[in-house]
Amino acid sequence: MRRDAALILALLCLAGAAFPAAPARAGNTVEHPGSETPGSDAALQQIMLGLQSVKQSRARFVERKYLHMLNQPLESSGTLIYAAPDHLEKNTERPKPERLVVDRDSLVIEDGNGGQSRNLSLADNPEIGTIVESVRATLAGDGESLSRFYVVKLQGKLPAWTLLLEPRDPKVLAMVRSIRIGGRNSRIETVETFEAGGDRSVMTVLPDRP
Amino acid sequence: MSSRNLWRIGLWLAGLAACVVIVGTARFSADLSTFLPRSPSAAQEILVEQLRDGVVSRLILVAIEDAPPSVLAPLSKAMAAQLRAAPDFVSVNNGDDQSLAKDHDFLWRNRYLLSSDVTPEHFTPAALRRALDNDLQLLGSAAGVLVKTMLPADPTGDMLHVIGQFQGGEHPASRDGIWFSPDGKRALLVMETSAPGFDADAQQHALLLIDNALQSAKAATVGAQDARLLTSGPGVFSVRIRDQVKQDAFRLSILATLAVAGLLLLVYRSPVMLVLALLPVATGALAGIAAVSLGFGSVHGITLGFGVTLIGEAVDYAIYLFTQTAPGRPPEETLPRIWPTLRLGVLTSVCGFSAMLLSSFRGLAQLGLFSIVGLIVAVSVTRWVLPVLLRRDFATNRSTLFGPAIMRLCSRARALRYPLLVLVLAAAALLALKHGNLWDDELSSLSPVSQQDQLLDRQLRTDLGAPDVRYMAVVNAPGEQQALASSETLGRLIQRLAGEGILAGFDSPAFYLPSESTQRARQAAIPAASDLRANLLRALSGLPFRPETFAPFLADANAAKNQPLLDHDSLRGINLAAKLDGLLIRRGEDWAALLPLRGVADASRLKAEIAASGQAGVLLLDLKGDSDQLYQSYRHQALLLALLGALAIVALLFLSFRSPTRVYAVVVPLAASVAVTVALLAVSGGKLSIFNLVGLLLVVGVGSNYALFFERRDTGEEASARQHRERIIVSLVLANLCTVIGFGVLTFSRIPVLHGIGMTVAIGAILSLVFSAILSMPKYDRDQAGP
Repeated sequence: MRRDAALILALLCLAGAAFPAAPARAGNTVEHPGSETPGSDAALQQIMLGLQSVKQSRARFVERKYLHMLNQPLESSGTLIYAAPDHLEKNTERPKPERLVVDRDSLVIEDGNGGQSRNLSLADNPEIGTIVESVRATLAGDGESLSRFYVVKLQGKLPAWTLLLEPRDPKVLAMVRSIRIGGRNSRIETVETFEAGGDRSVMTVLPDRP
Repeated sequence: MSSRNLWRIGLWLAGLAACVVIVGTARFSADLSTFLPRSPSAAQEILVEQLRDGVVSRLILVAIEDAPPSVLAPLSKAMAAQLRAAPDFVSVNNGDDQSLAKDHDFLWRNRYLLSSDVTPEHFTPAALRRALDNDLQLLGSAAGVLVKTMLPADPTGDMLHVIGQFQGGEHPASRDGIWFSPDGKRALLVMETSAPGFDADAQQHALLLIDNALQSAKAATVGAQDARLLTSGPGVFSVRIRDQVKQDAFRLSILATLAVAGLLLLVYRSPVMLVLALLPVATGALAGIAAVSLGFGSVHGITLGFGVTLIGEAVDYAIYLFTQTAPGRPPEETLPRIWPTLRLGVLTSVCGFSAMLLSSFRGLAQLGLFSIVGLIVAVSVTRWVLPVLLRRDFATNRSTLFGPAIMRLCSRARALRYPLLVLVLAAAALLALKHGNLWDDELSSLSPVSQQDQLLDRQLRTDLGAPDVRYMAVVNAPGEQQALASSETLGRLIQRLAGEGILAGFDSPAFYLPSESTQRARQAAIPAASDLRANLLRALSGLPFRPETFAPFLADANAAKNQPLLDHDSLRGINLAAKLDGLLIRRGEDWAALLPLRGVADASRLKAEIAASGQAGVLLLDLKGDSDQLYQSYRHQALLLALLGALAIVALLFLSFRSPTRVYAVVVPLAASVAVTVALLAVSGGKLSIFNLVGLLLVVGVGSNYALFFERRDTGEEASARQHRERIIVSLVLANLCTVIGFGVLTFSRIPVLHGIGMTVAIGAILSLVFSAILSMPKYDRDQAGP
C-alpha cells in the first residue's frame, strides 16, 4: 500500500503548498508572454524588478478556505517568511500549529506539536513544484520561471497589480484552475487559489511589525 | 583368462552399467536447503519452509540503471506491463498507480470490515463529534485536500486507519510515480514469482523473461541503449549458485583429472597404465553418485563436486598396487602383501566417514555415503579387477630413478622429531588460546553467495525500504478461521508492546482478512441506518458542516453492515492476495499465520511477554538467531560425530594390531597433522566452518594410509625388505602428490564448501606424509640408506 502513502504525502504537500490567494482587482488584462501590447510586458518587467529587490521579508497571514461542504469559511493564521532566492516558510499558529518549509528543491512539512516531519523533493514531484513556484517565483521576481509553469496575465500596473496564473501542466490544471496574486509595489498582499472542484481559499498577507 | 577372472570382469561391468543407468536418471539439485536438517523442531521446520518456499524466497528485486531518470521511468513501466502478463509472476510492483489501483479499491470498499477501529463506541454521537472536530481541523491544515475528497464517505477516517494498520516503516522514493533509489540512479521493481525460490529452473526462466522485457523496452525507448539490469533475491541466488556449482564442479574435476593424469603419465609412461590407474576412481565415483541417488532421492551439486576429492584418495590404491609391484613380478604376488594394509586403510577411512552418515545435516550425510561407497568400490576394483587387466610384464622401473633420493630424505626425517614436538605443542597452545573463537557460528558462513552479491542485495533492500525481516511470530491452529482469530489475539498484544516501544510495528494476515467472528462483530457494531443518521445529526449540531455532505457515509456504512463476509476469494486478483498467501499458510491439516515483526528493540522482553500471555500455539522465530543456532547445533553434532569416528578408528586399529605401540605409531602422526592443520587454518584463514571439519575427516582417511604403510615392518630377507620399503615410500609420495593436486585444485573454487575442504585436505595430506615419515621411520633405515 505504498501508493497510498505517496498519494497522501503528495496531497498533503499540495494543499500546503497552495497556500496563496487574493481578491481580484479591476484593471486591464494582458497576457504574457507574446502579449500584443508591449507596454504591459514592460509593466510586468517593472513589477518583477521591484520584487527582485526584496531579499528578505516577514509577514503575518490570515487564510480563509471556502469549502463546499461547510456553510462558513475555515480560518487559519500565522506567519510567512521569505529569504531570496528560494527559501519560503509558512508557519501556521492557529487553529493548529503546522510548519511548511520550502528550501531550494526540498519541501518539509512538520506537524506543529513537535510531531512527524515529512520531506520530499520538488523535482521528483513536478505538480507540487509547480504550485510552490507560483508564490516563490513571484516573491523572487522570477518572471521566466513563472511563465514556464503558468500562462501569466497581468491586471493593472504599479503600484497596484494582480497576476493571474493558469497552470500549463494539465495534471496541475486538474487540481488547481488558477491562482491570483495581488500586490502593491514590491509586496504581495493576497493569494487566492481556485480549485477545480469549485472550492477556493483566500490568503491575506499583512506586514509584520518587527 | 580363467573363469573366475571372467566372473570378476563380468560382475564389474554389470555393476558399472547399473551405476550408469542410475546416474543417468538421477535428479541433481543445487538447493542449499538440502544442507539443512531432516528432523528439526516445529519452529525450525517453519523456518526451513520459509527459507525454501515462503513468499520471502519468491521475491526478485530488480533495478534498472545507467540511464537518466526520464528514461528509466518509462523503461520500468514498459517492463512491468509486459511481465504482468506472464504467468511466471504473481505480482510485479514498480510503484505506478495501475499496479495497486485494485488493492486500493478493495480496501476502500471493505474499510468497515477491515478497520480495527470499528466498535460500537465508534459510532456514538460523542465519538462522531470527536471525529468531525478532528476533520474540521484537518480541513484547515495542509492535509485538507486529501480529507476533503474522502470526508463525505469516511468522516470517521477508517480508510486512513486501515492503511495505517499495515503500512510498514519506509517506502521507496518515487519519481513520476515510479519507484527509484533515493539518488535517482536506479529504477526499482519488486516481483514475486509463482515458483518457489529453490526451483532454479523456474527462477532461471523468470530471470530470462525479465531480461527479455528490458531488451524490448529498450528497443522502444530513446536513449536507453546503456540501461542495464541488476537483480537480486533468493531465487536469483539459487540460479547463480547452481551455475557456479556446475561450473566449478565440472571445471575443477577436469582440471584435477588432467593434472593427476599428467603426473601418472609422467611416472608410468604408458597410456594403458594411466587408464588402469583411473579405473578404480571412476568406478568408485559412479557408484558413489548412484548410491546417493538411491539413498536420498537426489544428488546435491556440492556432493557431485566432491567427486573431485575422491580422485585424490582413490587413485592412491592403484598407485600402491602398481608402484609396489617389483618389476617382472605378477601383481598377484604384490596384492597379498599390501592387501591387509590397504584394507585397513580403507576401513579406517570408512570409520571416519560413517560418522558423517549419522549427521542430520543432509548434505554431510550425502557426502559420507558418497565417500564410503566410492572408497569401498574403488578398493574392490583395485583388489579384484585391476590384477586381471594388468599385463604380466608391466613395469614401473621409472620410479626407481627418484627412489633413492626420497629414501635419503626419509632417512634424515627422524632428526626432525623434536622440532615436530615443538610445532605440535605450539599448535596445541594456539588452539587452546583460540578455543572459543575457532568456529564461525553463522549459517551465512555456509552461504555460497558471493560477498559482492550479498552487498548488492543489501543495497537494493535499503533502497526499497524493505529490510530483511529478522523476527517473526508464528501462530499454529487447526483451521484457517482459528489461525486468523489467534493472529488477532496476538496482534492486540503486539500492538500494546509496540506502544511501549518494544518493537516498531508488525504485519498480520488478519489485517487483510479478519476472522469471520471479527467481521461479524464489526458489522454488528455499525448502528442501523436510522440510528446512525440520528447519531450523526446530533454530532453535527453546532458544526459548520452542511448535513447533506455525509449522505455517502450513511449509505456506505449501511452497505457494510449488510455485505457478505470477506473470504479468501474476495482478495482474488489483487496484490494483497499474494501477501495474504504468504502470511497465512496451510501446513497439512493445520494452518500457520505469520506475523513479521519490524524494528524489534527488545527481543527478550518480546519473548517473555508472548510466553506470559499464555496463548497456545505461538512461536517467536528469530530468523537469523535460530538459523545460526541451527547451524551451531549441526556443527556441534558434526564435531561429536567426528570424535566418535576417531574413537572408532583407534578401536579398529587395536582390533587389527593388538599392540598399543603399533596403534600409537599410526595414531600419533595423524593426530599431529590434524592439530597442525587446524592451527594453520586458524592462523591464515580466520574462522573454521563445518566444511573444514569434513576436510579433517578426509585428512584422517588419507593420512591413515600413509601412517599404516610407514608403520609396516616387512619381515624376511633384509635386502628385499629394504627394496619393498623403498617402493612403498615412493608409492606414498606419488599418492600424496595426486591427493594434493586433487584437493589443491579445489582451493580455487568460489564455493565455500569446496574451497574449505580443498584447503584443509591439501595441507593435511602433506603434513600427514611428512609427520608419518618423521615419526615412523625405523632407525635401521638410516644405517642402510646412508651413503
